[in-house]
Amino acid sequence: VSAAPAPGAAAAAPADDTARQVGTHSWTPYALLSPGLLYLAVFFIVPTVMLVKTSLSSGTAFTGDGTFTFSITDLQWSQYSDAFTKYVIETPIFQKSLLYALIATLLCLLISYPLAYTIAFKAGRWRNLLLVLVIAPFFTSFLLRTNAWGTILSDSSFVVSFMESTGMLTVLHAIQTPDSWPTWLQVLPDGLTGEERVLQTPLAVILGLAYNFLPFMTLPLFASLERIDVRLIEAATDLYSSAFTAFRKVTFPLSLPGVVAGTLLTFIPAAGDPVNAALLGATNDSLMGNAIDAQFKATGNYPLASALSVMLMVTIVLMVALYVRRAGTEELV
Amino acid sequence: MSTVTIDQRREEALAQLPPYREPGIATRTVRWLRSHLVQFFAAFALLFMFVPVFIVVLFSFNVPKGRFNYTWNEFSTIAWTNVWKDTQITDSLVLSIQIAVLSTLVATVLGTLIAFAIGRHRFRGRAGINLLIFMPMATPEVVMGSSLLTLFVAWQLEGSLGFFTITVAHIMFSISFVVVTVKARIAGLDPRLEQAAMDLYADEKTTFWKVTFPLVLPGIVAASMLAFSLSFDDFVITNFTSGQAVTFPMYVWGANTRGIPPEANVVGAIMFGLALIIVLVPEVSRRVVAARRRSVGASAAMAGATSN
Repeated sequence: VSAAPAPGAAAAAPADDTARQVGTHSWTPYALLSPGLLYLAVFFIVPTVMLVKTSLSSGTAFTGDGTFTFSITDLQWSQYSDAFTKYVIETPIFQKSLLYALIATLLCLLISYPLAYTIAFKAGRWRNLLLVLVIAPFFTSFLLRTNAWGTILSDSSFVVSFMESTGMLTVLHAIQTPDSWPTWLQVLPDGLTGEERVLQTPLAVILGLAYNFLPFMTLPLFASLERIDVRLIEAATDLYSSAFTAFRKVTFPLSLPGVVAGTLLTFIPAAGDPVNAALLGATNDSLMGNAIDAQFKATGNYPLASALSVMLMVTIVLMVALYVRRAGTEELV
Repeated sequence: MSTVTIDQRREEALAQLPPYREPGIATRTVRWLRSHLVQFFAAFALLFMFVPVFIVVLFSFNVPKGRFNYTWNEFSTIAWTNVWKDTQITDSLVLSIQIAVLSTLVATVLGTLIAFAIGRHRFRGRAGINLLIFMPMATPEVVMGSSLLTLFVAWQLEGSLGFFTITVAHIMFSISFVVVTVKARIAGLDPRLEQAAMDLYADEKTTFWKVTFPLVLPGIVAASMLAFSLSFDDFVITNFTSGQAVTFPMYVWGANTRGIPPEANVVGAIMFGLALIIVLVPEVSRRVVAARRRSVGASAAMAGATSN
């Protein structure tokens, strides 16, 4: 979870432009590629195939002989209908995970954009230092930092009493799904926060997610903002556009590749994260990450857990494909 | 008949204007805030990032009342002296460092080779390879962890989950980040430097080892630091592949239900301090050297000017 591309990593120019034939042998690139790609094939592609296979098998790890039966002629689709009934219809854990991740991603974008903008255009000689500061929190254990939010958002804390006295908590608590809605739409049954507390409410989880993935948003944003030719913005203001219009019509559209990369790198891990819900959320407020974790480790129902993983993965791939097509950026890495 | 000069007219016009007044403190504050709005929000973002780190460091000096280290009780450095006596913490730290060093070495080598292939060669199947490298970064960790666990179970390795399986997993998710970081460095190289070396009769091998590689090296170092921190801090994938082995994040996770002791915060604080030193010292020394060079240059210029 705790990772960010190094400063400027996303700034990589399309490799084809700079690729030149340096090695004399045509097999050189394949010799360079093969060890790493072989590794990824064995430990990324094969496991993913195994996961799909397990999701179509029957059996659990802790009962019977502890093996799973898989047969290509008798695919067990029941895991998927089970998963759908349990985690979409009866309890909207699936939808909730996507919703929390979406809000956290938007929050991340709102918080990161001014920071990335300042580092790219206003920092001057402080630029490198600020970039270091963006990654620095990473080096304190991510579980400890997430846990520190428990202190910041605890009931007696300054932040929470401020939010309570200004009436913010009343407003946030009022944001909830009405009781009359069917169970599969009950994504916020008890409000975004409690009437008097923030810890162990959805807001705490969302804040934790936004916090943990902030550098994933800031660094790609910075990389694309840094590449903007400042003269384009100057041209806009010379042509009597206000600072805001110049931003809306020039700066922001030019930074879109960074926005797309940043939102993907934030949304995807956030949608599957089990840690924030476990450390900051209410005990009954588990997300997809927790559900998968529990089915694997506590129940031993590997087929069901695999089906959940595949569901999450497929949904994310579809959303990413749609989003990338709409945003019109192909170069992601 | 008196002629009115342009100056006189200007003065008359100016006299009719209301006298100029300095804008009040309120106006100036509003103006300053408006022009620094972005920086203000950026400072807020930095605050948002650093308050939890500050809390982690602060609570390493706390003596918790009861089991949970959530509320401030009393200042003490006792956790800092006790941390080395807690074998649970030191054992988990040693394991985490061993795994991180090994996985960083392997991932850096494999990832750097891929980055050179992509950045320096033409070959078929580039799009597919780019996708294969992007996918591990775009897959939720729970999915990667669970799929690796199903693989290890299928290979009947369930009984021997531990150091080896954790390291295998960490290498896997680190490779992509190494590739992206090193590739960016290679793409940013000035090709004329290599051409110059070739023009000066260096052969390909000499050019690579004397020009290309030293120029890419900072990218490789940055990538290995990234890989180290990814491995050292990973919890989710480790949780699936660790079996009975306890890395430092696994220790923190386990301690969470019974209360994380301030000694764990000490480790977090030390890691943060070390990282800051490692990244800030080169930056600061670069600045000091640059400043000294400037002042030497200035005094030399002064000396030159006076001797003339």
